Amino acid sequence: MKRSAAAFCLFVFTVAWATLCQASQPIRIGALFSVTGPPSFLGEPERNAAQMVADQINKGGGIKGRQVQLIVYDTQGDATKAVQLANKLIKDDKVVAIIGPSTTGETMAVLPVVEKAGIPLISCSAGRKITEPVNHWVFKTAQNDNLAVTRIYDYLQKKKLTRVALLTVSDGFGASGREQLKAQAAAHGIQLLVDETYGPKDTDMTAQLTKIKGTKADAVICWGTNPGPAVIARNAKQLGLKLPLFMSHGVSSKKFIDLAGDAAEGVTLPSGKVIVADVLPASDPQRKWLISFVKEYQKLYKVEGDHFAGHAWDAMMLLKGALEKGDDTPAAIAGNLEKTKEFHGIGGIFTYSPTDHAGLTKDAFVLVEIKNKDWVLVK
Amino acid sequence: MDLLQQLTQYAFSGFSTGAIYALIGLGFAIIYNSTGIINFAQGEFVMLGGVLTYFSLTVLRLPYLVAMAVAVAVTTAAGAAFERLTIRPLKSPSPLSLVIITIGGSIFIRGVAMLLWGKDTHALPPFSGNDPLTVGGASIMPQHLWIFGITLLIIAANKFFFYYTISGKAMRACSHNRTAASLVGIDVRKMVLLSFVISSAVGSLAGIIIAPLTMTAYDVGVMLGLKGFCAAIIGGMSSGFGTVLGGLLLGLLESFGAGLISSGYKDAIAFIVLLLILFIRPQGLFSKAQTERV
Repeated sequence: MKRSAAAFCLFVFTVAWATLCQASQPIRIGALFSVTGPPSFLGEPERNAAQMVADQINKGGGIKGRQVQLIVYDTQGDATKAVQLANKLIKDDKVVAIIGPSTTGETMAVLPVVEKAGIPLISCSAGRKITEPVNHWVFKTAQNDNLAVTRIYDYLQKKKLTRVALLTVSDGFGASGREQLKAQAAAHGIQLLVDETYGPKDTDMTAQLTKIKGTKADAVICWGTNPGPAVIARNAKQLGLKLPLFMSHGVSSKKFIDLAGDAAEGVTLPSGKVIVADVLPASDPQRKWLISFVKEYQKLYKVEGDHFAGHAWDAMMLLKGALEKGDDTPAAIAGNLEKTKEFHGIGGIFTYSPTDHAGLTKDAFVLVEIKNKDWVLVK
Repeated sequence: MDLLQQLTQYAFSGFSTGAIYALIGLGFAIIYNSTGIINFAQGEFVMLGGVLTYFSLTVLRLPYLVAMAVAVAVTTAAGAAFERLTIRPLKSPSPLSLVIITIGGSIFIRGVAMLLWGKDTHALPPFSGNDPLTVGGASIMPQHLWIFGITLLIIAANKFFFYYTISGKAMRACSHNRTAASLVGIDVRKMVLLSFVISSAVGSLAGIIIAPLTMTAYDVGVMLGLKGFCAAIIGGMSSGFGTVLGGLLLGLLESFGAGLISSGYKDAIAFIVLLLILFIRPQGLFSKAQTERV
């Protein structure tokens, strides 16, 4: 009798312990960012923002009472490492979903891995081919290049500046931009007079700009990330080039204004809304989130939250939304992600569907001009 | 803008980038001429010059001139330490191991700079004014004139040092024949150290005067070092006008290549010329072929 009572106690205790474990077991989310390596300008703010969201969720009592555990690995911008670490996240850490990687190259390498394992992935990189064709498990938060191109071309068309000179950087970002600029030109009635490139580490672009100056172009579009475009803005000023200069969203940070100095005045570029959060009209549906994001990020990391941090913020919040709607199994998460409607994020307003895993429209970008070392919205 | 004006502008652009390459190439040539080592960490000295000036200027809040002096001093110390810690301890230095050591050193210096000062690109203020000067319809920045002037000054100082001072002559002796030099009482190790000191000082100076134009970051040394190396090779590794002409030629090729042919082939044109020179005139364009005396 005594023995069976002891056994019963043990049984009750075990069951209770198991249930307790179940309840307190955190939801494990994996993250792959290139915190170091060449794309660290993406990976570092992304890691920071993801951690910020995870901490906020946990402080607020978790998702349906369960804590979130974010497991971040550094891919160093290396596709091979990204694949190894994705496998590690899936097999060893048993995560239910992965956010990242930071670059398109890494994302494309990881894509078959998550597809085979059936784990949802929310990439923070911009390449169109990530979500075209649509893969059931793969989503992304960074805006497509083609939306930025559309923004510029719409404006040029409106202003009747139809003869355009291109100056693009000879790396992945520039090549993809150049492809889009060429593909969309005809549809907007734009004629491309010059198509020049420069190296990512080049320090003088006066030769290319001189060539452009010698043509009848109405506007110059430069596609690159810092510091190249800053050099181009300075060179254009040196040569007294009077044409309106357009840049890509790749330089939509205060850093560009710092580097280009006076030469940045009058440069126009498409940008995510985060850098102009405070000058957006009050009616903008994203405004509230944008301002709180920028403030929170600044409080924690002493720098202003940028687009890249925003991509990871969006990925975490989308994941949170999907987890709140249903189970924490990978299949349920992917299913619920696909049902996301009008999520007001940092990068734009996301609406995913079975045929669209990028979720954004050209409204994700606004056109801004640099005036008195600050951003001004172009109407 | 008519064709003549365009051509003038290409020439100006070529000369101004060429002068930068020449200045960096000189650093390579100085070490090569006194030790026979090709120092692939030379680009990192250039980077240190720019980055350290920016750091002294913004974080330590020193005046511009003091900041430059600090940058040159620290880089020179780094150059000396580099020689003492990596080159000197080598028992039997073969050219290959020396090259690998300097490449390793450059990766190390770059990594330390990244950890200390971050990955951001920074711009230095120009020395005198930001308004371009216009000559014959083409324009250059006042900073370019500083680069031309300082390059000339460094060449003159070099010439004087290597031909008219005892230390300079001793360094040249070391490059011709180490054993013979040590037999006549020259401290070869001291001369090697001295050559690293001089070239890191020249490199950092180059880094400082170009930073207002090209901006600076922890990783600018790679490309600038490579271009400087090309300039030195075209010029036949001379520590005088040969390298300067090599640099100017490289700059002009790049600029005319980008302007008249296509900017996509800009680097290709420059490197094809480099390869041709290595095939046809390995001793450089501007020096006589060496003859072995038997």
